[in-house]
Amino acid sequence: MIPPSFEYLTPSNISDAVALLQKHGDEAKILAGGHSLIPAMRLRLAEPGYLIDISGIGGLDYIQEESGQLRIGAMTCEAALEESEIVQSKYPLLLDTAKMIADPSVRNMATVGGNLAHGDPANDHPATMLALRASVVAEGPNGTREIKIDDFFPDFFTTALAEDEILTEIRIPSPPSASGGAYLKIERKVGDYAAAAVACQLNIDSSGSIENIGLGLTNVGSTPIRASSAEELLKGKKPDENMLAEAGRLAAADSEPMEDLRGSAEYKRALVNELTQRAIKLSLQRAEGSR
Amino acid sequence: MSKHTVSIDINGTTVTKEVDSRMLLVHFIREELQMTGTHIGCDTSSCGACTILMNGRSVKSCTLYTVQANGKSVKTIEGMEEGGALHPLQEGFHEEHGLQCGFCTPGMIMRAAELLEKNPNPSEEEIRWGISGNLCRCTGYVNIVKAIQYAAEKMQKEAA
Ligand SMILES: Cc1cc2nc3c(=O)[nH]c(=O)nc-3n(C[C@H](O)[C@H](O)[C@H](O)COP(=O)(O)OP(=O)(O)OC[C@H]3O[C@@H](n4cnc5c(N)ncnc54)[C@H](O)[C@@H]3O)c2cc1C
Ligand code: FES
Ligand code: FES
Repeated sequence: MIPPSFEYLTPSNISDAVALLQKHGDEAKILAGGHSLIPAMRLRLAEPGYLIDISGIGGLDYIQEESGQLRIGAMTCEAALEESEIVQSKYPLLLDTAKMIADPSVRNMATVGGNLAHGDPANDHPATMLALRASVVAEGPNGTREIKIDDFFPDFFTTALAEDEILTEIRIPSPPSASGGAYLKIERKVGDYAAAAVACQLNIDSSGSIENIGLGLTNVGSTPIRASSAEELLKGKKPDENMLAEAGRLAAADSEPMEDLRGSAEYKRALVNELTQRAIKLSLQRAEGSR
Repeated sequence: MSKHTVSIDINGTTVTKEVDSRMLLVHFIREELQMTGTHIGCDTSSCGACTILMNGRSVKSCTLYTVQANGKSVKTIEGMEEGGALHPLQEGFHEEHGLQCGFCTPGMIMRAAELLEKNPNPSEEEIRWGISGNLCRCTGYVNIVKAIQYAAEKMQKEAA
């Protein structure tokens, strides 16, 4: 289908883009990679009168590690995450996630900022960013503010961004030594959204006990979900099979899946249970391997 | 309706035209430029029949507005042959019977072009993941993989 008509605007810096958002209010939308927005426009799920293309604004496409943080520019595409040496060597959870998103051509356009700003609980980065305890930087008319990822997804397809704010950066605390992470996703076919997926990030102490752990769940609720009961259970522990099974059960209980074409609610809970256990095991192995 | 003048380098020639902001790049290529090698296979950004290279990277031209390509370089299947000689990928699809109806072929070739540019000697698994956003309803992919392997070998020999 051919999308509805719109006015196309190309600001060359962030403050001009913010001014355009203020001027056009809820009639305007930011266009990043367009790989969520254009399909939605073709289906008339979105009919913005104005598209503000931010791809011409320089300096929003970078992956940098400095002063204990990984900083990712909002316009960084998924393919750039996959190709990044820092991501490959230190952020296995991010690498796993990027590789599981859509397909290589989509990953050339789809941006990390757009993946979060879309507010879609089916997208993969939200759960990953929960597990990594990331925060995002939003820039609006009154300057910038940092928003914790736990506060970023208040509701279904809703984010904490104000109408006149632009997401400019994602900040991830650099993992301490002996860290590991993994993203495990069940999809019906390559390029599909998750039937369910689990993101895990953890680090272990010298005895092998888990010091800190983050667990995020994809597409099993109206928002991305932190599996906090499983996190609490595992903190400070060196889990055996029984404890892993209990963590899986707790994560499944924290999920709120709905039946749809990807499966029944019961099936998705079972996926969360199993994927949680596997993601923790793989993360533990990777943490041991990174000592 | 909002109109914009775009300048796009298409297969080495700069084209300047006025387009509606909502015109999808695949429609610009097929209808404005009359280059019908780039196909439309789905309405859901899923099939990859419309794959082209934009600034050297494979993208689905059904999921881009023409205005987003302004100032960029675009390569389509029509730009692959050079001086009357088939590109090694085109030759590979011919030699290894990498097509039946041929509908997916232009997209497969454009996607494989970026894959081989980044990874000149891919394993079978890397090829299969590499073309995972391109669907073929006919071949079962076996000969498509062989066609890409054929091209990889030929291009490496030529480079040596
Ligand atoms: C075939 C296909 C398969 C896909 N499969 C997956 C998948 O498996 N997993 C997955 O996670 N995603 C998947 N996606 C979605 C893809 O990753 C999207 O591109 C991504 O979710 C959105 O990024 P974008 O840059 O394309 O954003 P756009 O589509 O440009 O924007 C999306 C929304 O976010 C807003 N926005 C974007 N950037 C900003 C910003 N910096 N500040 C404020 N607002 C902003 C826009 O206004 C819009 O409302 C798929 C897409 C396609 C087409
Ligand atoms: S026509 Fe573009 S992906 Fe199918
Ligand atoms: S050859 Fe017919 S779709 Fe691939």
